[in-house]
Amino acid sequence: MNQTISKMPIAHALNLGLRHAMESDDKVMLLGEDIGQLGGVFRVTDGLQKTFGPQRVVDSPLGEAGIVGGAIGLAMAGYRPVCEIQFDGFVFPAMNQIITQLAKYRHRSEGTITVPVVIRIPVGGGIGAIEHHSESPEAYFAHTAGLKVVCPSSPQQAYDMIGLAVRSQDPVIFLEPKRHYWLKGDVDPNRMPQALEKAEIVRPGNELTIVTYGALVPVALKVAEICDQEGRSIEVIDLRSLSPIDDATIIRSVERTGRLLVAHEASRTAGLGAEIASRVQERVFHSLLAPVVRVTGYDTPYPPSRLEEDWLPGLDRILDGVDRSFAY
Amino acid sequence: MTDKPIFLISQEGSIQTDEVLKLDLSTVDGPGLYRDMVLARRVDTEAIALQRQGELGLWPSLLGQEAAQVGAARALQPGDVVFPTYREHAVAWCRGVDPVNLLGLFRGTTLGGWDPTANNFNLYTLVIGAQTLHAVGYAMGIVRDGDVGTGDPGRDRAVMVFLGDGALSEGETNEAFVWAAAQNLPVVFFCQNNQWAISAPFSVQSRVSVAQRAEGFGFRGVRVDGNDVFACLAAARQALDNARSGNGPTLIEALTYRRNPHTTSDDDGRYRSGAENDEWAALDPIDRFRRYLDSTGQIDDALLNQIAEEESRLAERLRTGCRNLPSPGPESPFRNTYVDLPVELEQQMAEHIEFVEAGE
Repeated sequence: MNQTISKMPIAHALNLGLRHAMESDDKVMLLGEDIGQLGGVFRVTDGLQKTFGPQRVVDSPLGEAGIVGGAIGLAMAGYRPVCEIQFDGFVFPAMNQIITQLAKYRHRSEGTITVPVVIRIPVGGGIGAIEHHSESPEAYFAHTAGLKVVCPSSPQQAYDMIGLAVRSQDPVIFLEPKRHYWLKGDVDPNRMPQALEKAEIVRPGNELTIVTYGALVPVALKVAEICDQEGRSIEVIDLRSLSPIDDATIIRSVERTGRLLVAHEASRTAGLGAEIASRVQERVFHSLLAPVVRVTGYDTPYPPSRLEEDWLPGLDRILDGVDRSFAY
Repeated sequence: MTDKPIFLISQEGSIQTDEVLKLDLSTVDGPGLYRDMVLARRVDTEAIALQRQGELGLWPSLLGQEAAQVGAARALQPGDVVFPTYREHAVAWCRGVDPVNLLGLFRGTTLGGWDPTANNFNLYTLVIGAQTLHAVGYAMGIVRDGDVGTGDPGRDRAVMVFLGDGALSEGETNEAFVWAAAQNLPVVFFCQNNQWAISAPFSVQSRVSVAQRAEGFGFRGVRVDGNDVFACLAAARQALDNARSGNGPTLIEALTYRRNPHTTSDDDGRYRSGAENDEWAALDPIDRFRRYLDSTGQIDDALLNQIAEEESRLAERLRTGCRNLPSPGPESPFRNTYVDLPVELEQQMAEHIEFVEAGE
């Protein structure tokens, strides 16, 4: 069990991470819709109720505010609840509890009460889903003081980060790129995990930096590969943590490359790309050889799935963005 | 609203018996309840005065709701956990929260004011109904701790959550009812139906009584006269006993009346008649309980003088304590937002402190 596991999908890595977290701390509990017998609609919690029982893996009533509000109370009672929200578009009924209660409790109690709740949410598009099943709500959370917001992109990260999220004293919004639940990779459960708030340079390069996260990380790596064949050296940073943002890693990179492209599925205006672009120009304005390029979803509601392939920032749109930066 | 609220003391102060709700008078400290109600009212009166003097930005008065709150609170054991709204000043008093600390939220020196774990009395919650879900979650924790239905009075615990009639319309309250019922949780929902949610009368929220709501969710509902401290105490004791012994939740409706405006910022002359207020003033819970104590010889001048002295000392302590409430340092919002202070926030804190210090 404790050797490197090859070809493990993200969904299984999350499952293993949750299993290990529950084994090492009996206060860890899971709450969510259909997470018990069914194992969740994406099977991330498959088999956990069988192992840990219905008191620790709780099939909740169908109400997202109840899941999060109940988790807050459990956390106050000394438990470490991990909530599953079934789809990104269904987190909004819980937003009141997340924003007015979860995010603020430590602050309003002047540090006497911490609420270590993790909220897992499958996010993003690309699966041909119906309405409300393809959203990218990360900026709402990143804009809310008191929350940590993270998003793994690989099975190893998924395993490492869910463990760190469960151990975090601060509440964590844990975004899972749903189109990559079945993306496979090696998982070493004994690896010393990188700190939750650290970005990771997943491909070094020296002429342009791409910052992205979640489902677009493999796309950015592909972009870098293609550019490499054209003689352009691209560095890819997997942000991992969307709040806080690891500025230092981004800024050191841009100081070297002089060019920055930020890509995310979420809409452009007031998105993470805007924040990153702003921080970079504030701190290393004179290192920039070109304006920061954003390749993002558009400022529309998520489109019908027949349109999503072109609407989403994919390989071609990111390559175009790279060209724009070099052409400046 | 056809179900008549249960009362155990008549308006004239005589003891009534009820088929369902029993109170063993040998277990009740009548003068103690009276003292609680009088002192809690004094906290309220002083806070209103402090608001008028500009020392507080706002105050939500509990006038008229003392019996409901003291009755509920004095049914609690120390291990029980309370989730209040923002008007439970008498409950806070009974739980041992320093009343000076109730003022901080309304003076702007804090968003909390006390350590919720010290007296098992959580922070005031301003978002209507939000605390009902915290209560339900906490009750789930109690179940998982195995502190329900053991029969050991030192171990079994319950949660009591306060809400008002307005909160009945919040989705979160209804989700809390669903959880409590489905999981048979050790939680008591204590609803003070004070008949007004700011300007909205109860008829805006519901076609049936509060207590009747419980039936649809599948747990007990009981409707008591909220101006009768004994009825509130008896209902709360019974509900807490049921919760602690594993017999699940209860929704208690304590029918009362908010005699002051919603807060000191509200003008209730715009939406209700003074005559209605006068009717309820005549049903004052403290006067009614005093008639009971007088008629049973449980109170004498010595005790009344003692309470009056306590009131004066309390009032003085509130006035002084309010003005001496410490202002938080400019770094406190930054320090308290996260356990792990992010680098960005550390930089913002440094920037802000430099700004503040430059202005001094």
